[in-house]
This record gives sequence, structure tokens and C-alpha cells, in this order.
Amino acid sequence: MKSVLAIFKREFAAYFATPLAYVFIVIFLFAMGTFTFYIGRFFETGVASLAIFFSYHVWLYLFLVPAIGMRLWAEERKSGTIELLLTLPIPIWASVLGKFLAAWVFTGVALALTFPIWLTVNYLGDPDNGVIVASYVGSFLMAGGYLAISAAISALTSNQVIAFVVSVVICFLFTISGAPLVVDFFKAWAPLALVDTVASFSFMTHFQTIARGVIDLRDIVFFFSLIALFLGINVLIIDQKKAG
Amino acid sequence: MIEIENLTKKFGPIAAVRGIDLKVEKGEVLGFLGPNGAGKSTTMKIIAGYLTPTTGRVRITGIDVEATPQAAQAVLGYLPEGAPAYGDMTPHQFLKFIAEIRGFTGDEAKRRVAEAAQKTELEPVLEQPIDTLSKGFKRRVGLAQAILHDPPVLVMDEPTDGLDPNQKFSVRKLIREMAAEKAIIISTHLLEEVDAICTRAVIIDRGQVVADGTPAELLTRSRHHNAVTLCLPAAQSAGAKEKLKAHSKVRSIEDGGEENGFVTFTAFARGPELLIEDISAMAANEKWDVKQLYAEAGRLDEVFRSLTTSDSDRARESIEGTAA
Repeated sequence: MKSVLAIFKREFAAYFATPLAYVFIVIFLFAMGTFTFYIGRFFETGVASLAIFFSYHVWLYLFLVPAIGMRLWAEERKSGTIELLLTLPIPIWASVLGKFLAAWVFTGVALALTFPIWLTVNYLGDPDNGVIVASYVGSFLMAGGYLAISAAISALTSNQVIAFVVSVVICFLFTISGAPLVVDFFKAWAPLALVDTVASFSFMTHFQTIARGVIDLRDIVFFFSLIALFLGINVLIIDQKKAG
Repeated sequence: MIEIENLTKKFGPIAAVRGIDLKVEKGEVLGFLGPNGAGKSTTMKIIAGYLTPTTGRVRITGIDVEATPQAAQAVLGYLPEGAPAYGDMTPHQFLKFIAEIRGFTGDEAKRRVAEAAQKTELEPVLEQPIDTLSKGFKRRVGLAQAILHDPPVLVMDEPTDGLDPNQKFSVRKLIREMAAEKAIIISTHLLEEVDAICTRAVIIDRGQVVADGTPAELLTRSRHHNAVTLCLPAAQSAGAKEKLKAHSKVRSIEDGGEENGFVTFTAFARGPELLIEDISAMAANEKWDVKQLYAEAGRLDEVFRSLTTSDSDRARESIEGTAA
């Protein structure tokens, strides 16, 4: 556990040692604002709720989270530091977990910095703050899911662009797997159980449930098991590469 | 301290390491020589637990690297090829991170970091980002990282690559100072380095050990071993060459060129007996006006070239090997 903490601290500090953190946070907040106020017409709706704000998180994360995740391993491979990291006396899972947690907390920081909109909506009206808290939790969990996928993809390559593009595609599949487009495609030929399974992987569905203010244990378990699954895959990929 | 048994490593159809057996004891500094792509770095990566061997095993102070990598890595100091380090950190932050990972805390960690920085002469740049440092300092950051926990076994891939002569000197001094207490493997392209710090030299080619001995032993394999080089006035040289050719211990004579009326040439020895005594006696008898006369110890680059193959030969061979 100590080594996880050491990796976490190094990784987290690395975000702020370069312009990466500041650029990311500024763009994240700017994009959130643009979507919420201009495209979502937040003020015109006249409703004291952040539902509009949260509805865009899925799509923003789809591009912004792989941008954070792509460097996690690809950069280490490119610069050769992965050889240093993997020859230090710590297990692979500790590196995987430490890196993931640092990136997740970092996206959490970016998410937390959207707090002015929460203050605004409270100033203007009387929103259901319980729903908002649940939505923030859901949003954070969803970011973790995207991040775990991106980290595992990043471990496969030393090319960050490839890591980014492949991550976006896979994250997209997970996002829309509950949408009619996908469900109809499977419905035509697959047994109902498979259709349900595919649909149940949808980030959108799970997030929307939480964002309605219903913190269902199943949704929480879904995101945590998805994160655990992809972190496990991440460990396997790193270990597999040792065999050359 | 380091035991390597029947090590092989294949990358797809290409065998990078083909059956290496080595034992390195405490107090030894083993110089790993070989052309690029001979399998030096691959072998070192396997020792460090970064790559898994296809067959064979490695033990460090008796600990099996593949079975218990963390225990083995704890007693190993490893400098990877190119001395990678996190460029956004300063050497100070980086070494603190390594100390933390290696389980040192508080004052102990501080002391270790300071000691490693002092040994590698990093103090002036401790607070500058590693990305902004010169090649020499970067290399020494890697070195500091490897010796921070004072490991009994050190494996360093080209520790002096990219250093200027002064830096090379101080790194070699550091390695010599640590040598008595540790088992050390270094890889290098620089044959002078083997002379300077290694107690033992191993030449590998195409994934196999082709020579293993002290640097002096390897030199005896050189054509120049025991050879004598003379420099005489041009007028005397023809006669001298005739005399030398007739000598029973001389195998052949090779011209080294003429300059300012003096001719330089080298007499190669037929066997292991010393040649210099006979030739200097002959020079005195014949009253040659000798300008220079010296015995050659042998040339490592010659041994190296005679035992190893060029990279283009190897590439051709491996392609043919795959086709067949």
C-alpha cells in the first residue's frame, strides 16, 4: 500500500509540474460552461436543476478522459521510464493502481472546480441538492470507468495518439451500448439475455439512473467492477509485455 | 551473487539470447562486451526482472528473479539503457521518490538521497528539472538512483555512455570504490573501459558468450600480443627486416609507414614466448639507431573484431534463418 501511495504522489505531482493540469482544467471548465449555457440553454429553461449540466458530462468525458488516460503508460513506454518503474521492487498492480488513482483524483479536482454552477443554481432557485450530490458522485464514477478503459488501452502502445483514438472508440461503445442503435442491432439475431447484457454495460443508462437522484447499489457496483476489471486487464497487459 | 543459468530469450522467431551461463561473485566487476544487438541489454533486462526469459533462470544473492521479482529487485541496483528518469521532476524529487519506493522514510531517506547525490556529484543541479540537464548529469541521476539503497548487486547498462572524459573518470572511480563490496555487471562499447575498471570481461555475440576472462587473458588472444614495434632510420630498415624475418620466434613483419626518414614496422610473435628481449638484444648487437622499440600488450579491439560479427552480417543471417 505504501508503494501505491508513492506512485500516486509522484503521478499526481507530475500533472501540476507541467502545463498539462492547467490546460486540461481550463478546457474542461470552459467546455462544461459552453455546453451548459449556450447549447443546453441553462438559463432559458428556468428550472433550478443541474440536469442539463450533467447530461453533457458523458460526451465531454468521452474525449477529455482518454486525453488524460492516454499518457499513463504510453508515455512511460516512449521515454523508457517504464523499465525503471518495473524494475523497482514493487508489484505491477501497485503501479497500475497508483497511476489510476492519481489520474482519477485529478479528474475529480477538475470536476470539483465546477462548483460555481452549483452555487449559482442555489442562488437563483431552490434545487434538490441531494440529486446534485448524487449526480456529482455518478459523474465521478463514470469518469473513473472511462479512465480505467483508457489506462488499459494506453498500456498496449507507446503511441499516445493511437492510445487516445482507440480509447475514444471503446469508451464510445460503452457509452451507447444501451442506445436503440446498438440494442436493435443485437435484437435482430441475438438471444434476449445477450441483448440485455450488452445494454447493461451502458455508461449512459447507469449514470442517468444515479443522476435522477437514485443511488442504486447496482449502478455503484457496475462502475466499481468495471474499473476493477479494466485495472486487472491493465496489469495483465503490462505483465504480458514482459514476455516480449 | 549473480547466477545466470542457461538463459535464452526469443522475440518471435528471433533469438536474442541463446544459452548464457554466468556467475559473478562479490568483488568482481564484469564488463559485458559485444556489438550492438548481441544480446547485452536483453540479458541485463532479464536480470533486472523487466523481461521474462524464454528458458533458464537468474538468481541474485540466491533469490530467483522470476519467482520472487520484488525480493530480487530489492537487492539489485539497476541502471537501464539510456538512464531513463522522469523529466518533469528534479533530481532531488526523483531520488526522494526512489527512496520512498525502496522503503526508506524520514531522516534515513534524506541521508540516502544526500549520499547518492554526493557520490555522483549531482549537488549543483539537484533542484533543476531533469529534462533541462545535460546528458552527463542525466546519466548520473540514473546512477544515483541505482546506488541509493547501497545494493549488493549492481547491473548497469552503459554507465559512461555520453559522458565527457572527466565525467567518465569520476564514474569509473565511483565504480572502483564500490567494487570490493559488490558484484557488478556493466555493459560497454568502450574497450578502454574494460581495462580501466573491469576485473573480468565477457564478450557476447549473437546471444552467446564467445570469450570470458580477465582483460589480460583476452589480450593474449590478440595478434598484437607480444608483438614488437620498431622505428629505425630508413637506411637500416631493409637489413633489419631481413634479420628479423630470419628469427625463429618471428612469424611475420608488417610495415607501419615512413616518416621523416624513419621507418616503423611491427614484428609479430609466433608463440607465447617473449619477443622483446631477443629483439632488443639484436638491436644492440647490430648497432641499429633505434628511435623507438616497444612491446605490444595486445589490442582488445582486435580480439573484439575477431570474435564478433558485424550487424549487417547478423541481420542477413537472421533473415536467412527465418526464411529457412
